[in-house]
Formats: sequence, structure tokens, C-alpha cells
Amino acid sequence: MNRSPYISEAPSVTSIMLKVMLALVPAIAAYVWVYGGGILVTLALASLTAIVTEALMLKLRDRPVRLFITDGSALVTAWLLALALPPLAPWWLIVLGTAIAIVVAKQIYGGLGNNPFNPAMVGYAALLISFPALMTTWPAPLALAEFELGFVDQMLFIFSGNLPAGVALDAVTSATPLDYLKTQLTLNHSLQEITQSPIFGTLGATGGELVAAAYLLGGLYLIQQRIITWHLPVAFLAAIAIMAGLFYLADAGRFADPALHLFGGATMLCAFFIITDPVSGPTTPRGKLIFAAGIGIMTYVIRVYGGYPDGVAFAVIFFNICVPLIDAYTQPRVFGHDK
Amino acid sequence: MNAIVNLSELIKRKLGKTGLSSFNGGVHPPQHKLESTTSPIRPVPPPARLVLPLRQHVGNVSKLQVATGDHVLKGQLLARADGQVSAAVHAPTSGTIAAIDNQLIPHPSGLPDISITLEADGRDEWIARQPLDYKAMSKQELLDSLREAGVVGLGGATFPSHIKLREDARHPVRTLIINGAECEPYISCDDMLMRERAAEIVRGIEIMRYLLDAGRCVIGIEDNKPQAAAAMRAAAADSEVAIDVAEVPTIYPGGGAKQLIKVITGLEVPSGRLPSEIGVQCFNVATAYSVHRLVHHGEPVISRIVTVTGHVGHAGNYEVPLGMSIRELVELAGGKAIPELIMGGPMMGFNLPSADVPVVKATNCIIVPDSAMFPEPPPALPCIRCTRCADACPANLQPQELYWFSKSQNLDKAREYKIFDCIECGCCTYVCPSNIPLVQYYRFAKSEIIAQDRAREAADIARERNEFRLKRIEREKQERAQKHAQKAAGAKTEAAPADDAKKAAIAAAIERAKAQKAEMTPKNTEAVSPVVAAEIAEIETRRAEVQAASTTEARTEEKQSTEEAK
Repeated sequence: MNRSPYISEAPSVTSIMLKVMLALVPAIAAYVWVYGGGILVTLALASLTAIVTEALMLKLRDRPVRLFITDGSALVTAWLLALALPPLAPWWLIVLGTAIAIVVAKQIYGGLGNNPFNPAMVGYAALLISFPALMTTWPAPLALAEFELGFVDQMLFIFSGNLPAGVALDAVTSATPLDYLKTQLTLNHSLQEITQSPIFGTLGATGGELVAAAYLLGGLYLIQQRIITWHLPVAFLAAIAIMAGLFYLADAGRFADPALHLFGGATMLCAFFIITDPVSGPTTPRGKLIFAAGIGIMTYVIRVYGGYPDGVAFAVIFFNICVPLIDAYTQPRVFGHDK
Repeated sequence: MNAIVNLSELIKRKLGKTGLSSFNGGVHPPQHKLESTTSPIRPVPPPARLVLPLRQHVGNVSKLQVATGDHVLKGQLLARADGQVSAAVHAPTSGTIAAIDNQLIPHPSGLPDISITLEADGRDEWIARQPLDYKAMSKQELLDSLREAGVVGLGGATFPSHIKLREDARHPVRTLIINGAECEPYISCDDMLMRERAAEIVRGIEIMRYLLDAGRCVIGIEDNKPQAAAAMRAAAADSEVAIDVAEVPTIYPGGGAKQLIKVITGLEVPSGRLPSEIGVQCFNVATAYSVHRLVHHGEPVISRIVTVTGHVGHAGNYEVPLGMSIRELVELAGGKAIPELIMGGPMMGFNLPSADVPVVKATNCIIVPDSAMFPEPPPALPCIRCTRCADACPANLQPQELYWFSKSQNLDKAREYKIFDCIECGCCTYVCPSNIPLVQYYRFAKSEIIAQDRAREAADIARERNEFRLKRIEREKQERAQKHAQKAAGAKTEAAPADDAKKAAIAAAIERAKAQKAEMTPKNTEAVSPVVAAEIAEIETRRAEVQAASTTEARTEEKQSTEEAK
């Protein structure tokens, strides 16, 4: 008899997911501008895989397919993974990664709301461990490439792995700044020499910094729409900036400046779209600060001392494990209680 | 942009420019108050038949003073308050007692309760009304008259007011807060009362202030009621005592007693404690009005203002005799007495079990919904831990965790995460994108916990009794053996040590009973809904009975043993 409240003003889960996707649009546009239209193929492939695997799993688990497909969460996972992968990754890599994200990381744990790990990052990490070479082969920004692949060429490359006749792989790929930095530093080159390379832009990577700026823009939109709160991005970016700043101050010859760490790699994508996944993140305000700062510090450490050029995926997964602990120890003071 | 606005609001408040504090969260549901505030309060003549439940308040059922067939006058006492936590019931018009039996009452349980049915004689003839010269009488006499006049909190909690108006040397009340916030959408009975009868309310406040000897007195009104605030301000200016009017921000549930106290004084009522313990007491404006009616006109509480709104011809406020059928009231307002009637607001109200239930002291609003007003929510999705609920929670709880614990029946965890601090305001459900009926989960968990506690207590008592019984049997055996031995030895002076052991056992039992009583943690009765509060009160009474029974048993044992000793 008592079903109050009778009214509600909540946005639906679907509308939240759609807003997240809308917030990714500027970054996708920047991507197309910098690397060409191939990313659209990647996005389409990932989306298709996500919907098919999600529907299949829901059917297997005897859950309402339509209700959960329309919540949009699978598409968000697909897009985030697609944007994290190298833009010209082969089709099967995209399909495999998305399938792992949806089937293993999400549905096996119980579907929407029940995954302890960020599905996109699980998919990404699985691919990175299994296919390190493919996962670190990034196309050069069109502006820097010796040979500029058109949309059709890119599509053919994704599906068949064949480049137009007479074009070598080297002509269309290049190292990412974080990767290049790591290898060059081991060759005892100084940072000043290394950053002379054209792949370094004003703040981060040439081209990549534009995409990063677009993520930042989309993220600000999400904050304004109250889809995410400031806690996670601010703590994460601050942690990276402080870590990079301290190391840079200690030895500017060996450690890149904070700007590169903020605008290079997956920092901005991570700050506003990856660590803000509510399901696998903490819920308390203080918990969010700890979680995000922890990921920031760990990302930096992996970048500088780890075996991989970027450390976002592993840092996120590690801190996903810590979420129950973080939540338990950061419960806010309840009204009328001392602490 | 929103964030910047919020931030500047926050800074302004922190800097104390408004002099007001704030609480976490809250929501801004559409007000829908205009529908019922365009016309003045309409008086409702007494209907032919009235049903008056004996329990219209928190506490003991009042004691019947009339019998079937008796003729009573308007304002005559029908049922006397039983003990301190109780309130009297009076006849809203003159007529004959037609029946005293169980009738359906406006309660979500849909269970009937003992009620008096009064057939009106149409003369509406008053008893002799005697205004009180309250300054000439003792405060205790004044409090007793309040109790005998059935004055209870009319904001919805219906807690007997005389208890809250008693001076307590340990906790002197420094601030008296009069609650005119009325934060629930649709409801406007307090708003209209303040607009039209501000002076009378102030007269009532003066008496309350006199009783409590409160230093400061503030009337809290949400800033969406400028006319009420202006009227109250003007009336307060005419008073001989200093009464402030504070226009508090319109935010639901800013009218909750603890929230309003926080906003006005900056103080938080500690969990499980009463406002008086931090030197604050809070009453609804309509309660102040009833105090005035009693003291200055000699009239007990026999009517109240009820908002009738929604899908009705004449939405507005009605001064309704208590006991009038809600069906009649709705039809009088030009609406249909459909089965989906809601008593209270859309945030905390409930569906009436039937339209054929009486208006009681807690009836502040009746909403007649049409099909579009309160649609069934879409199917619930899993929680995505977005924490919109936590951001909206005025008690600063973590609703998403409480949901998880309630759903998995992890009741100890739910208690650890302070589920009893939940005031069931509904903000969490209101903002949940997964459409989860969170409050219903909490109601369920709370009742489960209460039931569990009750069962555990009963088991403890049973165990204790059994232990006592075994001890007694053992002792009797020993005594018999001793007697035999004494007989055998021919000595009769050795009974003393056994006697001491007996006394020690009795003392230990009494100590245990006392310790158990002391261990009982005070329940958070202030924050819970009237329904839960009633339930808790019921449990407390039963608990007291059980306690009394066990001490009586101990005493009987003692008696028996002394008799035996003789």
C-alpha cells in the first residue's frame, strides 16, 4: 500500500549512456581529423560485436534482452575500447577485445551493475598481454605519415592487413611519444634530443593532443550535465601532474614534463571516461579521490618504470580490486553522528 | 554553470550571509501548490456520521469515556488520554454515539482499529467553553489541559504536544522552532493557515514559548510561500515577545524537523536523540494554532485543515471536522472517490486502503490522482552505483549500499550503515535512474530488523527464565536435602547460609533484569515515519510489559522463598 514516492525526475540509464556517447563525439571527430576515417570502422565493428555478444549472453542467462540492450551500456563499453585501441588494429583484434569485455568482464559477472572491473579495460589489458606488438603499433598522424592512407585504404587494411601496393608498413606507422620516450631513454639519449622528434607536439603528441583536448571538452560536458562529479578527473589529473612535476623537477633530463603526461597517452580518456565508470568505481566522495589519485600515481609509475608505454588499463584494474576496501574505509559521516 | 551556481550558494552560506545552514542533498520536485492556494480555506459543516478512531496519535490508545447510545455535545470528551504518551479524543459535533467497534482507518496497513461512530443531531451544539487564564494556572495544569484537549503534532507525526512542551531542567529549550516550511509538493494546508490565521498562530506560539521559557523563537517558512511569510512577519511584529521569521530555501525535505533545525540553528540532532537534548523544540504551525484555540477559546482539537487537490473540481483547503469520511470530503471538493486516493504528499504519502476512512489528526492532504499524474515507474534495472541517491540523501547515508544490504537481507550490515537514520523521505527513489524502489527496500529491512530484535529479546527472556527455574529447582533440592540432614542431626539453626545463597540469586536476577533494561538502546523514533513510530511505540509497550512480568516473577520468587523461610 505504501509505494511512495509517487514521482521521479531521474534520467533513465539509457539517457545517461547516450550522454556519455555524445560526450565522446568531439574526440571521435578529432580522431578522424588526425588519423583518418578508419576509427569509424573500428567503432562500428566494436558496437556490432558488443550488441551481438550482449544479446547472446542475455539470452543464455535468461534475462530480458530488449530491456538490457536498450540501456546503452554495451555500446559505451564498445566505444571506449575502440577509442583505446590503435586506430588501424585488425578487425579480429577489435572483435576479440570487445567480446572479452562484454562476455568475460561484464556478463559473466552478472551484467549491468555487477562487474567489479571496468569491462573496456579488461578487454584492453587482455589484448595488450596477448598481442603486445599489434597493440603498440600506432599509425602515424596523417600530417606526419610518409604515405597518407585514404578511408578505403584504411578499411582494407583493417579487414585484410594489406596496404596499397608499394607502401611499406613503416610508411604509415610511427611510435607514440610515450613509447618513443621509453625506448630512446634506454639508449641514453637526453630528453632534449628525444623531444626534437616531430611526433612531439606542443603539449603531448602531435595530433594526439588535439584528441586529448576533445576528451577534456567532452568530460567538462559530462560534469556540467551532472553525469560525473569533479572528484575523479580532478584527483586523477592532479596525481599525474604532481608525480610528473616532482620527477621533472628532480631531473628534467630524464623525466618528461607534466604536460606530456597530461596530454599524451590515454590520460584524458581515462580521466573523464574510464575511471568514471560508476559500476566498478568507489561511491563515496573521499573514496573517489583516493581511487583516482591511486590510479594516477600508478599510471605514472608504469609509464616510467613499467614494461608498457602506458599504464592506464593495469592501474584501473588494480584499483577496481580495491574499491570495496576504499568504500568501506571512507564512509561519510551520517547526519546526527559524530563520525 | 550549475556547478558554479551551487558553489557560490555554498560559499555564501558558509560565509553566513543568510545566517542559515544547510543539509546534504535534497531534491526540487515540482511544487503543485498553486492549484490549492487560489481560494481561501473553506469551512465544512459536520456530516451526518463521523468515525473517530481512538488512536489518532503516537502512544497509548485513549480510554473510552462514553457508551453506545450516549448523547454528546460538540467538544465533549469521548476518550481520555491513557498515561502521559497519549491524547484525548473529542466529539466534533453534537449527536449520539451509534457504535464503538473496529473501523477501517487511514493507515497503509489497511487494518481496522477501535473507533467511535457518532451520528450527528444536526444542532452542532457546543459544550460550555472555558478559555484558560494560562498565566494564572501552574504550567503542569496547562500541560494537563493540553493533554485532555487532544493537542498533538499536526505536521503528520501526531506526537502528543504536552510532552514536548514540558520543561526539562536537564535540557532547557533555548530555541523554539515553529515549522511552517511545508516542503512536500501539493500540500498547502499550513501555507493557507499562515496566510489567514497568522495572528492566532502567534498567540499559540506565545503560549508554547511561555511553557518552555525558550529564549529564541523562529518560524521557519520555505521561500516559496512569500504571502505566508509576510503574514507571519506582520503578526509576529504585533506580538509582545520577539518572534523571528526565517525564510528558508525551498528544498525537499527542508520541512523535516531535523533538517529545519539544522538549517535554522546549524545544529544536528544526534542520532537516536531528541531535539530537546540540543536545546531545541520544534512544532508545526497548525499545532500552535490548536494551542491557541484551546487556551483562548476553550476548544479542543475537533477539526483540522486538509488540502484536497489533484483531479478535483474545487482543489483547495478545507476545515474538516475530524471523523468525516474522506469519500464525502473528496466529493464535496468535486472529485471522485476513486480507489487510488493518496493521503499525504507524493513523496511520503500512501494509498488509502479505501475512500471510506475518516479524516484523522494526521490527515494533512488528500490527493485525487488521475492516470497521468503518478504513472507506474518503468521496470527497475540493476543499480549502477551512480550515487545520485547518496548526493540527494538528507541524512547523508549511502543509499546504494543500504539497498544492497537490504536486498541481500544482510541486516547487520544495514544497521551498521545506519539504516535507522533513514527518514524515508524518498529523495533516493526520486533520483534513481534505474527506477529502484529504494525506500520500500529500507522499510522492509527496518521492519525485518525490528522483528528480529523482538524475537531475540523474547528468546533472551525465555532463556533467562529457564535458567532461573533450573536454579530454583536445584536450590529446592539442596534445601530439602539440608532439611533432611538437619532433621537427622536434630539441629535447626543452620538455615542461614542457604538463605544467603537464595538472596544472592534473587539479587543477581534483579541485577540482570536492570542491566538488560539499561542495555536497551534508544530507538530513533524522531526520524522514522509515523507508521514505524507507532510500531516502535507498540513494541516498547510490549517490551515494558515483558520486563515488568519478569521482575514480578523475580519478586514472586522472593516472596515464595521468604515464605518458605518462615
